[in-house]
Amino acid sequence: MPKAKTANGTPRPASGPVTLLVGTRKGAFFIRSDRARRSWTLAGPHFLGNIVNHPPAFPKAAPGEKGLSVEHVFWLTPGHSSEPGAWYAGVSPPGLFRSDDGGVTWEGVSGFNANPMRIVWIGGEQEQGPPGGATLHSINVDPRDPRHLYIGISVGGAFESSDRGETWRPLNQGVAADFLPVKDPEYGHDVHCMRLHPLAPDRLYQQNHCGMYRLDRPGERWERMGNAMPKAIGDIGFPLVLHPRDPDTLWVFPMDGGTVWPRVSPDGKPAAYVSRDGGRNWRRQDKGLPAKQGWFTVKRQAMCADARDPVGVYFGTTSGEVWMSASEGERWTSIARHLPEIYSVEVAGR
Amino acid sequence: MNVLIPSQLRDYTGGRAHVEARGATLAGLLADLERRYPGIRFRMIDEQDAIRRHIRIFVNQQQARDLGAALAANDEVVIVGALSGG
Repeated sequence: MPKAKTANGTPRPASGPVTLLVGTRKGAFFIRSDRARRSWTLAGPHFLGNIVNHPPAFPKAAPGEKGLSVEHVFWLTPGHSSEPGAWYAGVSPPGLFRSDDGGVTWEGVSGFNANPMRIVWIGGEQEQGPPGGATLHSINVDPRDPRHLYIGISVGGAFESSDRGETWRPLNQGVAADFLPVKDPEYGHDVHCMRLHPLAPDRLYQQNHCGMYRLDRPGERWERMGNAMPKAIGDIGFPLVLHPRDPDTLWVFPMDGGTVWPRVSPDGKPAAYVSRDGGRNWRRQDKGLPAKQGWFTVKRQAMCADARDPVGVYFGTTSGEVWMSASEGERWTSIARHLPEIYSVEVAGR
Repeated sequence: MNVLIPSQLRDYTGGRAHVEARGATLAGLLADLERRYPGIRFRMIDEQDAIRRHIRIFVNQQQARDLGAALAANDEVVIVGALSGG
């Protein structure tokens, strides 16, 4: 298997304390470390129960027509580095928005939101998607070209645009969608998390409702890297985390995808799995985590990495615990407990 | 007229529960509230001009179903917001 091609120089590791941003159902928290990442201090909550002031909104429908209403903003991604102040937002029901003023005002990306195929791709407005509602997420901007975008939709699939969102095409070949009656559908897949590596922008990884995949562009067909996971664990989960300096290293956090989809750590034994070779081989990382009766659920935005050397890996659970590893997953430590349900964990200013 | 603001929207009104606003219709009243307290309307009314599903608006103790409801100067408007957690 070829190593990922690196398009840019590898950045130097970060140094100094780490600030974690933790988004929960009931507000935001900060967790700050000392220089050694041994001691962590929790602060918050901020914005307890509040909603931002100028959220994205769909256009008002013409008289007699039914318009869309944003239920919630689900995903935020900064725009291309050449476009300061640019942000993309993915919302539920599935919609894509862009801000050019740091999020003060938002415009719908009409090439997606008003695309006549949108309703077909997402299976109709009644499609519920995940428990929080069908949503657009995993917005990836090609660091070489601000016009080149990838998005993921639950459910709908992965899509690509080469013209800043004016036109879109499905990118789902090879990805299973075993909840659909059609074999090898062009769209309708359930992307949980899709990430492009900034140092190797032709390498895409995807954690899907139906397995873990890798795609090397200009290829079109995803390869199921999850086939290399232990069968007893499977390759179902939500988050997927990339190493900031090595496009062949990534972490996942498997969930039980058995018959009734309990979405907790398989057998009550939480563990991350790491691959150092682009998904060909996987190794279990559970030192420090509960050895039994640990029924963790980790949402797709609730796991991340810092830019230190060795890389720190972090995750938050729906039961309000934050865990970190200062050794690239080799040993885990609890750094916060008793928080509200955790939606997202992100390193500030990475 | 007097408008009762639900607790979760009082960040917009400087903590005040009762505020004064004007309008010949509910739409006009909400526009006036928005002028006085920017951002408050979108918390109650979505982009299709529908009253959000967790919001109820009562005019003289009668529930208003749409923004065209007529208002008089002495009407009492009560806005109620559902809070999560029962």
